[in-house]
Amino acid sequence: MMTNGEAFTSSNSAQNDLMAEDPIATRLAHIKHIILVLSGKGGVGKSSVTTQLALALMHKGFRVGVLDIDLTGPSIPRMLNLGGKQVHQASSGWVPVFVDENQKLCCMSIGFLLQNRNDSVVWRGPKKTAMIKQFLQDVSWGELDYLLIDTPPGTSDEHISITEYLRAYNPDGAVMVTTSQGVALADVRKELNFCKKVKLPVLGIVENMSGFVCPHCSECTNVFSTGGGEALAGEFDITFLGRVPIDPAFVTMVEAEGEGSYVKQFEKSSLFPVFQEICDKVMAKVNT
Amino acid sequence: MSPTAQGDTPKDAPEHCPGTESTQAGKAEACAGCPNQQVCATTPKGPDPDIALITSNLRSVKHKLLILSGKGGVGKSTFTSQLAFALAHDPETRNSDVIEVGVMDVDICGPSIPKIMGLEGEQGHQSGSGWQPVYVQDNLAVMSIGFLLNDPDDVIIWRGPKKNDLIKRFLRDVEWGELDYLLVDTPPGTSDEHLSIASFLKESGIDGAIVITTPQEVALQDVRREIDFCRKVKIPVIGVVENMSGFVCPNCKGESIIFPPTTGGGAQMAAEMGVPLLGKIPLDPRLGRACDEGVSFLDEYPDSPASKAYLEIIEKIRARFEK
Repeated sequence: MMTNGEAFTSSNSAQNDLMAEDPIATRLAHIKHIILVLSGKGGVGKSSVTTQLALALMHKGFRVGVLDIDLTGPSIPRMLNLGGKQVHQASSGWVPVFVDENQKLCCMSIGFLLQNRNDSVVWRGPKKTAMIKQFLQDVSWGELDYLLIDTPPGTSDEHISITEYLRAYNPDGAVMVTTSQGVALADVRKELNFCKKVKLPVLGIVENMSGFVCPHCSECTNVFSTGGGEALAGEFDITFLGRVPIDPAFVTMVEAEGEGSYVKQFEKSSLFPVFQEICDKVMAKVNT
Repeated sequence: MSPTAQGDTPKDAPEHCPGTESTQAGKAEACAGCPNQQVCATTPKGPDPDIALITSNLRSVKHKLLILSGKGGVGKSTFTSQLAFALAHDPETRNSDVIEVGVMDVDICGPSIPKIMGLEGEQGHQSGSGWQPVYVQDNLAVMSIGFLLNDPDDVIIWRGPKKNDLIKRFLRDVEWGELDYLLVDTPPGTSDEHLSIASFLKESGIDGAIVITTPQEVALQDVRREIDFCRKVKIPVIGVVENMSGFVCPNCKGESIIFPPTTGGGAQMAAEMGVPLLGKIPLDPRLGRACDEGVSFLDEYPDSPASKAYLEIIEKIRARFEK
């Protein structure tokens, strides 16, 4: 029912020839949209935004894949309640791990390749680059509407490699995640300049951990302050996708297993409507 | 398919691998067909001649401490800066015995130290004998890539080797002078920067690592990996600091949990991994603001529960080295 992804509608015949030989092209040919989730700063919520965006897209009925290229600190398996799962090798390649029974959401992470969850992956750049290439070449995603790529913080090997490998396939762009403190915003400005240099479009900025209302006195004390992400979006003339408040219940749900897990319960989360809106804005961006 | 640690003989190496450091590397019979053969055969062998220079440059540094965490955004730079301020600013020793402190920021792609220590916009100076660090005060020297950028928004898009080279220069060429403590702030993860600092300081010796975490499992799982890394490269772990544990509202003093410790938090993780827990620091929104303004939180808000927790932890670290 699907031919080539929309990313290829503009491709010329030379590129089509290339596709026949290039294993990455073969894998990505059936993926309509590729979105990277980036931030210069660590711990601002790249993986939780990726997770929630993936769940929101799945909720709308799309087929979604999540690729975690944070090789030394993979969080996606934990976020999607997939701890202990293993990747299987099939004749078509590595089979990603499915999150739901209907096989709408699947995921690939180095976390699935570790024997023991406490093992450290101590790799220099070239090995990380090789792993990313292998993920792009060998994972058999099948047909996807969206592939979300979760990244580690910074602007180094992983980022250079993924943007280089994807350049020929016109990824839709990046969702930038920040918190509102000056220290985080400073790193995110660097990441925005990175996107400019590698010509990766920025779809918008999400301001995470924005505001916290003290449940005892109901005075919003803004643990990590608020408004900084929106101001940054204005300054760089980028779409502001939304403000995600701190919700301790989210952390509890993400860390719960089985029926109480976030994957099963996300529709009841207070953050669900927030992400519905973010998701709509992202979809509007990639479909224009 | 399963990843292995870097070592002399990689785990997935062919049988009879001579080891990556061997003079036979890439040339032995067993190397035929190994995907790494070319790399092994062409990499220079033997000890890095710069290590002797680093050891000599750092000979008058008494204690070298790494601040590590597998996870980003847990407060490595905040902790480093507050530890540095506190060590350099101890009122008891102010007149008699001044403690000399150096801070080296090896987070190349996301340097936060210049901003947090109030040094944004400062430039490093080059002199005949090497690079001069930037001084916060007489006894507190700081070096970061942030001082080498023309514009704070400039982005460093470097792969590993360039980062390693800069770290080497920070250790070899910066005139640290006599220091009681050199605190090394690191980026998250277990990759080039961490391996490099461990190997460059092998001879001059690392006194230990302070590992920072937050209470949620998502952070703890990365921190366990970081402790595993420390074991692999033989860096002693001084202890774990749990940051952002609980939040005390400055308005009503009511406590809330923002990052719930669903798996027992830093305390249980430290116990499982067999390392000491140095303390827990509660969230205080003023701490984030102090960092944005580049001032010492401990001096500005000595009565905050976070300040008290900090001072207890710092006391434990000092006690380990000064008695």
